[in-house]
Amino acid sequence: MIKKIIGLTAFAATLVAPVSSASADEVNVYSYRQPFLVEPLFNEFTQKSGIKVNVVFAKKGMAERLAREGEHSPADVLLTTDISRLIELQEKGLLQPVNSDVLEAAIPSQFQADDNSWFGLTTRVRNIYTAKRLGDIAINYEDLADEKYRGKVCTRSGKHPYTVALVSSMIAQHGEAKTLTWLKGVKKNLARKPQGNDRGQVQAIHQGLCDVSLGNSYYFGKMLKDDKQKVWADAVNINFPNQANRGAHVNISGVGVAKHAPHKDAAKALLEFLASDKAQQMYAETNMEYPVRAGVKKSDLVASWGEFKADDLPLETIASHRKTALKLLDQAKFDL
Amino acid sequence: MIFGQRNTSWLTLSWLTALALLAPVLVMLFTSVGNFGELFSHLWQTVLPTYISNTVLLTVYVSLLVLLLGVPSAFFISQTQLISAKWLRWALLLPLAMPAYLVAYLYTDLLDYAGPLQRMLRTAFGWQSPTDYWFFDLRTLEGAAVVLALVLYPYVYMLTRTALEQQDTSLLRAGRTLGLSARQAMLKIALPLARPAIMVAVTLVMMETIADFATVQYFAVNTLTTAIYDTWLGYGDMAAANALASVLLLFVLFTVVAEQKSRAGQRHQSNRPNLSNDKIALSTGQQIFGLAFCWLLVILGFALPFGLLIVMAIDYAQFDQLTQLTDIGWETLKISAYAATAAVSLSLLLALFYRFYPKSVNHLPLQISGFGYAVPGTVLAMALMATFGPIDHWLNDLAIWLNWSKPGLLLSGTTFAIIFAFVVRFAAIANGTISAGIGKIPHSIDKAPASLGIGLLATIKRVHLPMLKSSVFVAWLLVFVEAMKELPAVLLLRPFNFETLSTFVYQLISDERLEQGAIGAIFIVLFGLIPIIWLNKNKH
Repeated sequence: MIKKIIGLTAFAATLVAPVSSASADEVNVYSYRQPFLVEPLFNEFTQKSGIKVNVVFAKKGMAERLAREGEHSPADVLLTTDISRLIELQEKGLLQPVNSDVLEAAIPSQFQADDNSWFGLTTRVRNIYTAKRLGDIAINYEDLADEKYRGKVCTRSGKHPYTVALVSSMIAQHGEAKTLTWLKGVKKNLARKPQGNDRGQVQAIHQGLCDVSLGNSYYFGKMLKDDKQKVWADAVNINFPNQANRGAHVNISGVGVAKHAPHKDAAKALLEFLASDKAQQMYAETNMEYPVRAGVKKSDLVASWGEFKADDLPLETIASHRKTALKLLDQAKFDL
Repeated sequence: MIFGQRNTSWLTLSWLTALALLAPVLVMLFTSVGNFGELFSHLWQTVLPTYISNTVLLTVYVSLLVLLLGVPSAFFISQTQLISAKWLRWALLLPLAMPAYLVAYLYTDLLDYAGPLQRMLRTAFGWQSPTDYWFFDLRTLEGAAVVLALVLYPYVYMLTRTALEQQDTSLLRAGRTLGLSARQAMLKIALPLARPAIMVAVTLVMMETIADFATVQYFAVNTLTTAIYDTWLGYGDMAAANALASVLLLFVLFTVVAEQKSRAGQRHQSNRPNLSNDKIALSTGQQIFGLAFCWLLVILGFALPFGLLIVMAIDYAQFDQLTQLTDIGWETLKISAYAATAAVSLSLLLALFYRFYPKSVNHLPLQISGFGYAVPGTVLAMALMATFGPIDHWLNDLAIWLNWSKPGLLLSGTTFAIIFAFVVRFAAIANGTISAGIGKIPHSIDKAPASLGIGLLATIKRVHLPMLKSSVFVAWLLVFVEAMKELPAVLLLRPFNFETLSTFVYQLISDERLEQGAIGAIFIVLFGLIPIIWLNKNKH
């Protein structure tokens, strides 16, 4: 046993490889975004700049990890999928401003933090998918609570950041009381308990379980390009809600540089690359998101869904209603 | 006391070990002190009662199911002349290699409205829509309980079987001589004697159920774990989340105490282990029932889901993943093996200490070292960072002060953190298994070598360790397989560019692309099988 313990200690010692090397030709990324979405971009960046990109992917707890690591954190760049997470990082003081003329020129000001601590890279619409059998209809988020969709609505969990952001935008528009009534109405209309992800809801429409679902725009394109999932997507129309009034709810994916980034210059270079024509084009083509940079073409498929009016509610406002949104979701017992 | 009243170095070592394992849990408890009364009352008035009742129901259902599945199968294999028992003996362990969340995905795929089974039914009966017929919904609390039980029953099976096999057959024979039927002898003598082992297994299953997140989330069943994630990631209130996690700990404390109470005063030790092999002969009807029961378990818990994986892997052949997966597989294997070895060594240290110095205060290190089991992986990961973080900072500051180059995050930023997390999380498994094994060794044996002038360490080495061999193997296997499957702690603690098989598969599954993760999932299962096969070989 003693031998074992000694052996183990020796093992542990060999395992402890140095993590934060000081070499300038690498950059460390903490990513909420999934590997297959961002790896092509990183490969392109490495090819161009010679800077190696190291990544940790995680959805839960990244901000806490960063905070705990503090000044010794190896993280340089944070990549997120949602405005609330960017604001969370900003509010916790985990980001540092990046002053770059390249970024200023590339990214419209409404998609940047005032203190330049975060930058939006792509926008995504919270669409409403409707069964083709319903025909072409104009639909508003408010309609999801309409009695005519009783038992016909599918959605993912209310606690998912995408749902929370939408509820926040409803609070901004209608106030708390009305939003709660709306949530209770939607809850009444649900065909099943909130579950699965955005694609799963379209699948449910395909199966005939429901007629209406919430989902981000790029998933539609991804399903159309997947052999198995194409039939799901073929069963639905993609709708841009609230076109006759305030416009569709839009969120961003974005990026920021860690406060204690050991490779600051490389981090800045990566940000500038992600905002470049080339990278924005890749976002548009492979991820089917809307590039933030003006003049970058949408993918043909995305373009075929047509132009739409976006809700111009400031992103900070959406993030500021997040906790209230969560409370309302609990009060409506949305997920139960 | 034969080896003296005290053994200061062993005492110190035990307490240090236990405190190291308990440290993250303590940190969690201490950081749960905060001003979250408002949030708590909000949760209490809205969702928390449902979360709690779901947690209780799920735990009760799963416990009952694993008893119902695990005890009879252990009985059939160890006590009867069941045909093919030689195969079933280890085949019944196979579901252990399947991560519960994976089984959940696979069964949903199979039994969903769009799945092959319902499609077949619709074609056969001409049904058109979901309203035309009734079909059970797997994504429910009951569904989650069944899926969890299907992969967790091997705990009960394995520990019960071991207990039954090591039982003193003279007692059974005495019972038979006094006129008990084979069945009566089983129910009145063998099973009660195996109760400690069964209780240990059920306790482990309960903790595993309480800490589960992936499966219940997929089935849209909101439990206390959901509440923890909500408060932490949604409301951003780490203190409240820790407070809720502490409530989970209360659950655990309760089950651990209940388990120990239930077998207090129960002491039977045999120095005549089961040597003869007179197993109960079965009638044809019993044979058929036994075969159907056991093989069905193997099929539902392993063969069917594994088969589905293989079909998917072939359909979506992505064989370019193979080299990458082999590398990832060995990495996963390595850290899991380190964790298993560490957990088993530490358990032996603590359990043998209590054995030789059986004061209740000396039982504490063993008890408290297992608390990490019921803490959900992500919460544990956070607590671990909070524990190691300051040490890392101190080390770096020291290095700077000494004018050395900064070592970086030596503890919290390397695979060391992952292995440590595994040990904290799964120490309870090793503790339970090894304690049960030690309990089987007659106390009379402890004293014999001393009377021959043989020292403590030599006694342990020459007498106890050999007798504990099978328990140690079982404990090692259980920790290893659990570590292979662990997901949330690895996700959060991993260093750059580090993947385990679980994280690899998870990133695809979470994007509804299980087909492309199928080969990876097969790898998890295959690597998990290695120790099962290896152990099986070594035992014969």
